[in-house]
Amino acid sequence: MLKWLSQVFAVTGTALRTIPQRRGPSLATVVGIAGVVAVLIAVLSIGEGFRKTLQTAGSPQNALVMRAGSDSEMMSVLVGDSVDIIAQAKGIARGSVRAGEAAVPLSSAELFVVVDCPKKTTGTPANVPLRGVQPAAFAARPELKIIEGRPFEWGKNEILVGDGARKQFRGLDVGSQVKWGENVWTVTGIFTAGGAVWESEIWTDARVLQPSYRRGNSFQTVVARLESPEAFDAFKDSLTKDPRLDVMVQRESEYFGNQGRTLQAIIRGLGFILAILMGIGAVFGALNTMYSAVAARTREVATLRALGFGRVAVVVSVMAESLVLALVGSAVGAALAWLIFDGYRTSTLNFDTFSQVTFAFDVTPSLVVQGIVFALVLGFVGGVFPAIRAARLPVTAALREA
Amino acid sequence: MKFWPLLWSNLKRRKARTIFTLLSIVVAFILFAYLAAVRIAFSAGVEVAGADRLFTTHKTSIIQPLPKSYQDQIARTPGVVSVTHASWFGGIYQNPNTGFQGVFQAPVEPESYLAMYPEFKVTVAEKKAWADDREGVLVGETTARRYGWKVGDRVPVQGTIWRKKDGSKVWEFNVRGIYTGDKTVDKTQFLFHYDYFDEARQYGQGIVGWYIVRIADPKQAADIGKKIDANFANSPAETKTVTEKALAQGFADQIGNIGAIIQWILAAVFFTLLLVTGNTIAQSVRERTAELAVLKTVGFSNGAVLALVLVEALVLTIVGGGLGLAIGAAAIAAGDPTHGFLPIFYLPSRDAIVGILFVVLLGLVAGILPAVQAMRLRIVDALRRA
Repeated sequence: MLKWLSQVFAVTGTALRTIPQRRGPSLATVVGIAGVVAVLIAVLSIGEGFRKTLQTAGSPQNALVMRAGSDSEMMSVLVGDSVDIIAQAKGIARGSVRAGEAAVPLSSAELFVVVDCPKKTTGTPANVPLRGVQPAAFAARPELKIIEGRPFEWGKNEILVGDGARKQFRGLDVGSQVKWGENVWTVTGIFTAGGAVWESEIWTDARVLQPSYRRGNSFQTVVARLESPEAFDAFKDSLTKDPRLDVMVQRESEYFGNQGRTLQAIIRGLGFILAILMGIGAVFGALNTMYSAVAARTREVATLRALGFGRVAVVVSVMAESLVLALVGSAVGAALAWLIFDGYRTSTLNFDTFSQVTFAFDVTPSLVVQGIVFALVLGFVGGVFPAIRAARLPVTAALREA
Repeated sequence: MKFWPLLWSNLKRRKARTIFTLLSIVVAFILFAYLAAVRIAFSAGVEVAGADRLFTTHKTSIIQPLPKSYQDQIARTPGVVSVTHASWFGGIYQNPNTGFQGVFQAPVEPESYLAMYPEFKVTVAEKKAWADDREGVLVGETTARRYGWKVGDRVPVQGTIWRKKDGSKVWEFNVRGIYTGDKTVDKTQFLFHYDYFDEARQYGQGIVGWYIVRIADPKQAADIGKKIDANFANSPAETKTVTEKALAQGFADQIGNIGAIIQWILAAVFFTLLLVTGNTIAQSVRERTAELAVLKTVGFSNGAVLALVLVEALVLTIVGGGLGLAIGAAAIAAGDPTHGFLPIFYLPSRDAIVGILFVVLLGLVAGILPAVQAMRLRIVDALRRA
């Protein structure tokens, strides 16, 4: 056993030490695999970043009420009196929404519309979500922090802008004024929300937004802060059983978890095809490299065999070389993907609400691991046939040939 | 072509290597074809948009409705030939998760809408059947195939925004026609009668989503657009009129720089491929140093040696690239890989030509260094080295 191991180490050591002599083909494999891994990680990091933005939004302690059958906030309508009924439902937490005021149920009826803002990168108009909220909205989203300026004042044409929206769209800095429809709005502050989708939005007072969009006394959704995540079922039951209402109740976290399906499907569908095709291409490259590595080492391998080294040692050495090249390639690829794409901010259309979501590409450790595993599989497939060939080499013929 | 046997035996020399090189070229060009189709899908419509069609939407956002009464005013604007309108329906068919995604559903005026879009091909009989049935619907070929519908089927669609006056969410339609069109036409649409929709809906009577306007002279587009918008300046619903191309471009821009990222991927693939192919060819030349020297000894000119190596590289890339493009085109023609999320998905002929140019370029670039090396080879050195 020990002898066998030392054989393996000796042959593998020579194989790896002589890689620099086969610089050209080895480099081609490393670059090829690096390219595959970089592209794979980059494409998946788009989906990952998009998912993270939507899923960090929404707390399991919040419930989202929409009209039954609505696909998204955009499609829901709730009229004024049902909003009041919802606010009285069981399980809603109470608290004071402004300093020194009495405790009220923490529910915020909200309006969700989109406005035109030019994109900074292209100057072309994009649909930016504008959310009208009520005072409890801030209590229901404690992760929301104002990083610049001040909150808007209730009842005025003032807006708070999410940091993501500010970075992607023009004219949304503190103090600037924007005109939408007949109204002029003043930006009073910028907020962050821990990377969640609200950073893509602009917030204002729902009561101010209603008349400017001719919504009368109607809203689209109600967000309710619950006493605890467990209070959800009681809350849901009390609303769905109420004959005066025709609503559906979801956990806020569930709603956002389901958003972005279209983009996700596109990214997955395309990412999958890309990865498979590029992987196949890279395997051919690796096969070529390893066959030529075996060819270049024919004499050496035959000599070793003649000295009494076993076939297994030869197989292991070829496989090891292939895997090392794949590993180096995947490390380079992952590093490239991380350097170029991680945190790269962009915005795209969320087809479910027809509005912009700003998000950052997210190269997560699990994506890096996936990339490396994929590369190792490529390295394995690319090494196994040449390895078998090397092991089968008839010693005498090989010595003569060389 | 007396050199063919020579070329052929060169390629056959390391069969495995030739085959793997060939296959990686095939794969790369399948990818190339896919990426071209994807780029088209993301910029859907921009390249084919009609220059004589304008879109009039609400100034604030396309999701804000406009009064139906605007139609006549727009029609009276000088330079306007015809006007029609459409609205967003956003219903669900069967499964709420996958239901109707990628299917554009709209209540329209049958006559004027079809006149506006002559690229929608529909038989006279089906056109009439659709126009005559208030609950009739005209469906695109792609959508009909996706759900297995044929003319005469009754299709229930659940409205998410729109309900009927009786409170029900279910709208039923009769498939009266299936339209086709060339590859640049969105064949996913689901078009029904505005009159029926407007009468049956619970609220929102008399509003439409947007207007589509045909103008006589595309060069006047900007001016006519301004005139239309001037009609409604300072009214509660101000408008914004842009060309169809600008609208499609705007939508593509909304999706963002996915296109740019795809270009990056293409570049990465080609760089890799160049390395692999160039390296293989260089290697094969290196191994044949002695042979090349012999060829020169027996009187092959430098130019002939150069040509021999270069043609070998070209044969590899042209066979591989041609196969790749063909397989790619066939796979793309079979449908988009996201199952209907990308309504326009085809390989544009321009990209196919670019692909062929790439094939040749790749062969030249990959072959030129080793070919020049082979050409410059000094017989004595080469023979000694061998």
